[in-house]
Amino acid sequence: MPSPLVASLLAAAPSAPALSANPVTDARELFAYPFMVAALEAGTVVAVLAAAIGWVMVLRRQSFAGHTLAVVGFPGAAGATLLGLPIAAGYFGACILSALVIAGVPRGRAGTTRGAESAVTGAVQAFALASGVLFVNLYRGFLNGVDALLFGSFLGVTASQLLILAAVAVGALAVLAFLWRPLLFSSVDPDVAAARGVPVASLSVAFLVLVAVAVAAASEITGSLLVFALLVMPAAAAQRLTARPGLGLLLAVVIALAVTWAGLGIAYFSIYPSGFFLTSFGFAAYLVAVGVRSVSEGRGRRARATRAPGSLST
Amino acid sequence: MIAALDPFVGVAHMLSRPFMVDALLAGTLIALAAGLVGHFLVMREQVFTGDALSHVAFTGALGALAIGLDLRLGLFLGCVAVAVLIGLLGPAGRADDVVIGNVFAWLLGVGVFFLTLYTTSRRGANGTAGTTVLFGSIFGMTSSQAVVASVVGGCIAVAALAIGRPLTFMSIDPAVAAVRGVRVRPLGLGFLALVGAAAGEATQAVGALLLLGLLATPAGAARRLSASPWRAMWLSAGIAVGSVWAGLAASYAAPTVPPSFAILAVATSAYVLASGWRSWSLRRGVRDRQPSSASLTPNPTSTTPERRSIRRRARRLVINRVTRSDARTITAK
Repeated sequence: MPSPLVASLLAAAPSAPALSANPVTDARELFAYPFMVAALEAGTVVAVLAAAIGWVMVLRRQSFAGHTLAVVGFPGAAGATLLGLPIAAGYFGACILSALVIAGVPRGRAGTTRGAESAVTGAVQAFALASGVLFVNLYRGFLNGVDALLFGSFLGVTASQLLILAAVAVGALAVLAFLWRPLLFSSVDPDVAAARGVPVASLSVAFLVLVAVAVAAASEITGSLLVFALLVMPAAAAQRLTARPGLGLLLAVVIALAVTWAGLGIAYFSIYPSGFFLTSFGFAAYLVAVGVRSVSEGRGRRARATRAPGSLST
Repeated sequence: MIAALDPFVGVAHMLSRPFMVDALLAGTLIALAAGLVGHFLVMREQVFTGDALSHVAFTGALGALAIGLDLRLGLFLGCVAVAVLIGLLGPAGRADDVVIGNVFAWLLGVGVFFLTLYTTSRRGANGTAGTTVLFGSIFGMTSSQAVVASVVGGCIAVAALAIGRPLTFMSIDPAVAAVRGVRVRPLGLGFLALVGAAAGEATQAVGALLLLGLLATPAGAARRLSASPWRAMWLSAGIAVGSVWAGLAASYAAPTVPPSFAILAVATSAYVLASGWRSWSLRRGVRDRQPSSASLTPNPTSTTPERRSIRRRARRLVINRVTRSDARTITAK
């Protein structure tokens, strides 16, 4: 239960240090505090993990499932606090359980449409969040912690949390690397992949569990509501810029790292929460990617038009 | 509570409380609106839009508080504006879910900013405003708030019923609907505006985080129970209203249970029961007509009976029209 620590840090936040004109002194000041170094380390791990998993999630068009897995961490953590269990156990338990429910229920039933499938996801999400409300209500004196669970607190990262996070990230990325080729194949063209003997259904379940693990690890740092931003924004920006898988993955990780570092750095000098800066920088990166894409597409069209003047002139 | 031992005494006791009557009145009409709109939301496979609006509702409400306006103003303006924006971003009112995800993830960040702005800058700010918006407080409604919520809920329900027919048509087959003269794009945008308003309503009952439950869960349950669009629509509204009634009563009887949780617990139970009933009846149906295996292989283009029958009818209409116009051109020659 990190709430006393969080509360004291939040209380200290309004007296935010002033930003000087010299970026080198600013950076030195940033690294002078162990809590800030820990936050940056945790942010780095979370950014790499979320960007990599998010890239595949965006490719598979599973934003809704990913978002649902992200928010169910909240009831998990609230329930774990109520029962006196470690919060990490709550995050992982709730996220993995929901991944199995979402992946398991709609399949194997004849006649279920996509609408019914997304209704299942919505029902799981709503019920999980409602349970979170119940847990918060049952556990008196929890109200200060609610904001931390929802919006995260980069500024309370302990060494053990960091260790768990790093271990989970390495494990999840290793599994992703192991599943990479068949997962990519089944995401891009599930029918052909199934015909070639790729186990599409089990891969889909495995990937959802992978998303759940990544999200649970990240939620402890970013909060349940903001982890989705790191999952979707860098990945969406990268996919606008390149269609090549390896390059796209790398680009997503780079964007996520830039967004996280910039967001944390600015948040340190401001009284406003890091979540605001993280999401704003992420959204800006996405908008830039959309702009670059449309400019290059326009140039491509114009180049083609000049090369073959007869064919496209209207 | 002792009164709860006898249900009639318990209900009479409950209805003698003014705040309870307000909550029941507002809750009924909010649920009616959410159930009707939610049905179309699930049918059009736009549940993710509802999910996005749950975050927008938070940002809208906190934004209004931060600049000192009525919370509900920001709530409705934010939800309707973003719902229409989502419609404008995509063809025929269906935006890419990655675009939606990016937009609402950022808007949530802005909401956190407003929360900080509100709690740090306004003197006498309600410290729990953020949690109230997120998790709802239907018992905290004043009488005038309840009346406004009821009137708005009633208007949304009437509007949903008014556009129900063309909306069903264009949801099932947009191309044929367009041929038949349904204005697909304005109707899609109008529907999304209605979804935004319903999201604002639902936020007042169960909170921003849980509004998806009131929109999608009853509709999903109804869809499992009936393939007919009209029966499913009324079932959805009925399940939503029933969930609110049962949830409010349960929360009144057991005060430690927040109303938002009780309402959604009832709705989720309805969903689970509907799924169980459906798989049971499917299995029985399979046993009854074992020899014809053709009905078991799903056809990817026409998955449900409702879709198939409406499409067949629409196709006949188009063919009629084409042959009639052909006949006219031939006779003109």
